[in-house]
Amino acid sequence: MNILRKKSRANLPFSETAIELFIRLCGISSILFVFGIFFFVFREGAGFLFSGLDVKEFLTSVEWQPTSLNNKRYGAFALIVGTFSVTILAMCLAVPFGLGAAIFVSEFCSPKLRETFKIIIELLAAIPSVVWGFIGLTLMNQLIIVVFKAPIGLTMLNGGIMLALMSVPIIVSIAEDALKAVPDSYREAAEALGATRWQVVYRVLLPAAKNGLLAAVLLGAARSIGETMAVLMATGHSVNIPSGPLSWIRTLTATIAAELGEVARGDEHYQVLFIIGILLFTITFIVNLIADLVIKGIRQES
Amino acid sequence: MRMNSRFSYLIIKIILVLAYGFVISSCSPKDSESVASKAASHVTIKNKGSDTIVNLAQAWAEMYTGVTSSVSVEVSGGGSGTGVAALINGTVDIANCSRQIKPKELEQAAQNTGKVPQEFIVGYDALAVYVHPDVPLDKITIPQLAEIYGENGTITQWRHLGIKHSSCPSDKIIRISRQSNSGTYFYFREALLGTDRDFRIGSLDLHGSKDVVEVIGRTPCAIGYSGMGYATSHVKMLEVATTADAPYYAPTLKNVLAKTYPIARPLYMYSLGEPTGAIKAYLDWILSAEGQKIVEKLGFVPLESN
Repeated sequence: MNILRKKSRANLPFSETAIELFIRLCGISSILFVFGIFFFVFREGAGFLFSGLDVKEFLTSVEWQPTSLNNKRYGAFALIVGTFSVTILAMCLAVPFGLGAAIFVSEFCSPKLRETFKIIIELLAAIPSVVWGFIGLTLMNQLIIVVFKAPIGLTMLNGGIMLALMSVPIIVSIAEDALKAVPDSYREAAEALGATRWQVVYRVLLPAAKNGLLAAVLLGAARSIGETMAVLMATGHSVNIPSGPLSWIRTLTATIAAELGEVARGDEHYQVLFIIGILLFTITFIVNLIADLVIKGIRQES
Repeated sequence: MRMNSRFSYLIIKIILVLAYGFVISSCSPKDSESVASKAASHVTIKNKGSDTIVNLAQAWAEMYTGVTSSVSVEVSGGGSGTGVAALINGTVDIANCSRQIKPKELEQAAQNTGKVPQEFIVGYDALAVYVHPDVPLDKITIPQLAEIYGENGTITQWRHLGIKHSSCPSDKIIRISRQSNSGTYFYFREALLGTDRDFRIGSLDLHGSKDVVEVIGRTPCAIGYSGMGYATSHVKMLEVATTADAPYYAPTLKNVLAKTYPIARPLYMYSLGEPTGAIKAYLDWILSAEGQKIVEKLGFVPLESN
């Protein structure tokens, strides 16, 4: 086998070698980019992270006063809570809807309707996040005021709904692929045993597609954590520990977006914003790690 | 065969979507193309900075095309800090600034470009304190504002101001502010709290002068600040006094010019080094009676000499 391969490589025309090299580079580049970005973000923030920043204050204090003239305080606790609370809320809304829609599209609807649905869902994914933010700022703001009698509609709920709308298309398309990937023989076998359509979905398809569905949910969550513009516009952008869905909040990403544009390069404030970037990196890393472990656990179980 | 027709149906849909996008996007390239071709044979002045001034700067740039056809001005916003940063990098000709340039920034600009930025006051901006029209309040003092916005402030409810605000059931004052690096934020903080005290956290920090007014117009419980020129019929501007005993002044042109309205500030333009040629002509025109007329038209306050 090995000899055969070597031999064939020697005989390869130049174009094939070039293409192979190019594809190899594409593969390696993604790794390089991730490490490059991590290196850059870390380098910009490292100076202040290791000398000067009170890490305990950064993680536990709610006092975010980076532009104070005499008493600068960098407490990101409210921002961390904001990011997690709005993401969790968004997932509570998006996961049932997304998985439900995926099950409907893949199992219950007619082929013609399915094509239309898929196109519309993909269009939903193509709407830029600033447009979602604008809808949140105007339409949803007014709606929340009217429906919930809230004093102001720029709240965690508003941001959560916007994030849910943005992550539903991702969840639907990946979950639908996962369900499609379950072999038809499973469905046929279950139906032959007398299972109803719902029993087929619940007892056979969902367990069989578990990994893919989990991946869909986690990718949706990752989209929510990383989203910036929509939450910046819709959540009120206020340093505040939320007491419920109608409180206003501020997220880590929105803070970077709002403040990085106007800080002097190399400044303490500039470096703290990069430390927030490191924190976001760490959070996504942990989320991905958990996902990997869960999927591995599921695999071993089966 | 059925599969095939469905596939072509999909393709047609995609083409339609793309064509739609193309029609929309093709409108703007035409515009920019004509600007670009003009710029090729003419001088282009790059002008960037404060969001407070951006509408005014745009109006100037548009009017100036009628004054001389050989110069076009490109205006963009982004904030005072962004404008100064661009000036330091030498990528713009004129930076708009709603605060005075800092000595450190002057130094950086001089180091980086070898030219010292020159300051021009091009008009005045009065920050108005906005509330919803339903708020039964017409006047407010600077110390009261400081207690509303400042750290450890004592005024958190509308009743602390001595009013009964019936269309705000929770009675809690919702503070609308700006993102913490905007020139407006810095100026308002300094006017209220001096340099020793910070704003209390928990305010809604919106991203633009216009958003502030827009949100207050929909929120009976809210109070906020923004440029006088952004007023709409959906909001009310409060009269402001420096202390409880002092007279109250409305944010009007007259009061700003008479320097009686307490929260007014100059608007700056900075050129890189002593301006020459087209840039000098443009700045002179801005400071002339004709340029200052536009300042007044946009709700700002023109220079006194006119």
